[in-house]
Amino acid sequence: MAYTPDELMTSVAARELADGEVVFVGIGLPNLACNLARRTHAPHLVLIYESGAVGAVPERLPMSIGDPALVTGSLMVCGMADVFQLMLQNGRIEVGFLGGAQVDQYGNLNTTVIGSYRHPAVRLPGSGGAAEIAIHARRTLVVSKLSARTFPARVDFVTSPGMRRDGVTRHELGMPGAGPVKVITDKAVLEADAATGELVLAALYPGVEEAEVGAGVGWPLRCRPRLARIDPPTATELRLLREVLDPKRLYLRG
Amino acid sequence: MAESASKVMSMRDAVARFVRDGDIVVIEGFTHLICFAAGHEIIRQGRRDLTLCRLTPDLIYDQMIAAGCARKLVFSWAGNPGVGSLHAFRRAVEGKHAPPLELEEYSHFGMVARFSAGAARLPFWPLRDYMGTDLPRVNPRIQSVTCPYTGERLATVPALNPDVTIIHAQRADADGNTQIWGLVGVQKEAAFASARVIVVVEQLVDETVIRSDPNRTAIPGMIVDAVVVEPWGAHPSYAQGYYDRDNDFYLAWEAISRDPGAIERYLGEFVRGVPDRATYLAKQPGLAARLTAQPHLAGAVNYGF
Repeated sequence: MAYTPDELMTSVAARELADGEVVFVGIGLPNLACNLARRTHAPHLVLIYESGAVGAVPERLPMSIGDPALVTGSLMVCGMADVFQLMLQNGRIEVGFLGGAQVDQYGNLNTTVIGSYRHPAVRLPGSGGAAEIAIHARRTLVVSKLSARTFPARVDFVTSPGMRRDGVTRHELGMPGAGPVKVITDKAVLEADAATGELVLAALYPGVEEAEVGAGVGWPLRCRPRLARIDPPTATELRLLREVLDPKRLYLRG
Repeated sequence: MAESASKVMSMRDAVARFVRDGDIVVIEGFTHLICFAAGHEIIRQGRRDLTLCRLTPDLIYDQMIAAGCARKLVFSWAGNPGVGSLHAFRRAVEGKHAPPLELEEYSHFGMVARFSAGAARLPFWPLRDYMGTDLPRVNPRIQSVTCPYTGERLATVPALNPDVTIIHAQRADADGNTQIWGLVGVQKEAAFASARVIVVVEQLVDETVIRSDPNRTAIPGMIVDAVVVEPWGAHPSYAQGYYDRDNDFYLAWEAISRDPGAIERYLGEFVRGVPDRATYLAKQPGLAARLTAQPHLAGAVNYGF
């Protein structure tokens, strides 16, 4: 069955979530991935949105992370001070999803500016909750399409810290969470090397060759000794994505 | 109390009395209960040099920036959720044919912590955050402190104490005892941090309604200066149980905000060109049919003893 890059990325992201895990849900494709996981292999996934909805069961695809459908039928609605202090800083979030306009060699993410901060070529929205999710979630998953522009060796601005910065590890900087252990792209899955923190090629999507992935990042990409192959989206995943979760193609644009 | 001291007043009077040029202004509400009615009245009354603070500036501050009300923006995420950019904000920051806008930028946790410190009347709030990020490099107000008990270095952010905070809510009584349900964001902290508080409600209710469900009260009347009754006052944001978010308008803002001329036409027709919220609503007769909330009632609880 034919599928789009967005459909495969979303399915791969959904498969990373284990049943019963507590996940901090971001905007865009991660939102879709969490709701896909909840309707397939992870019915007991606990969705927490930074807006304060805990155990959300949205009946429609939320366009924003503050959608009223996140409240209706949820387990708890709390204030944002509670979200950041009692949930995130407390260590209750097992998985955080992040994206970025730029992702560097060590998984540092930029969602703030392209160019200089004072005189930016492009002003992006900024951190939102991303900086603290990157610091506190027990692990984070990054979802971003490969291109040399999006994956430079160094980001213009570190909004959300990755595995290492200027030779200093996140552990040495005092961050509680494990950081961006996986980067899910439209061609392959990259993983942070346990020893160096560098993102390395770990698994290829169907029909993708190693060289194509290397061309999409701005540093010499190393490979795991044995590369895994990612399965295409199943018929069930595609049906749920197309007919139930995002029939208007709000997020599944490409 | 004399009748003239009533807190219930029109939006025009509330803004005229409690919002001044140069003020630090907070119109809070995370996606939910963003008081566009108040923002529009501030634009109509031509307030200038405001320091606008919100976690998410959203369309309302994009409109106020375009209208020339803002000198400075204090924020943590400046986008149009699920759509893209706030283009009036971007033009001001990117220096493209717009007056400059001073920025003071945090993350959401940082802004929440600033309101928490302000509400508790502490000078700062500690948080385990910002290590490895560039935010402290561009915002010198993000500092750190060594914990006297453990020796750990913790980030600190300064208290945020607004001159005026405006909170939209489902209902309040005439004294300003205000009940909110659905997403509650950081409204309670913002209100307690503020020198003056305006609450804007969908419904004015009798004090007995408030007393029947006291756990739902987010803001007590003792900190409220003005109560404005303004049904649909949060549109195109939403009020849980009253009306849905107008996602079509959020999508339409992308094209409007890209074009300074289109923003001016929008402000001319829907903000400066109308005397009040009722006229704004009368110009959009389809809203109720399109956005009125379906019933989804909570079960009652027993408050007896």
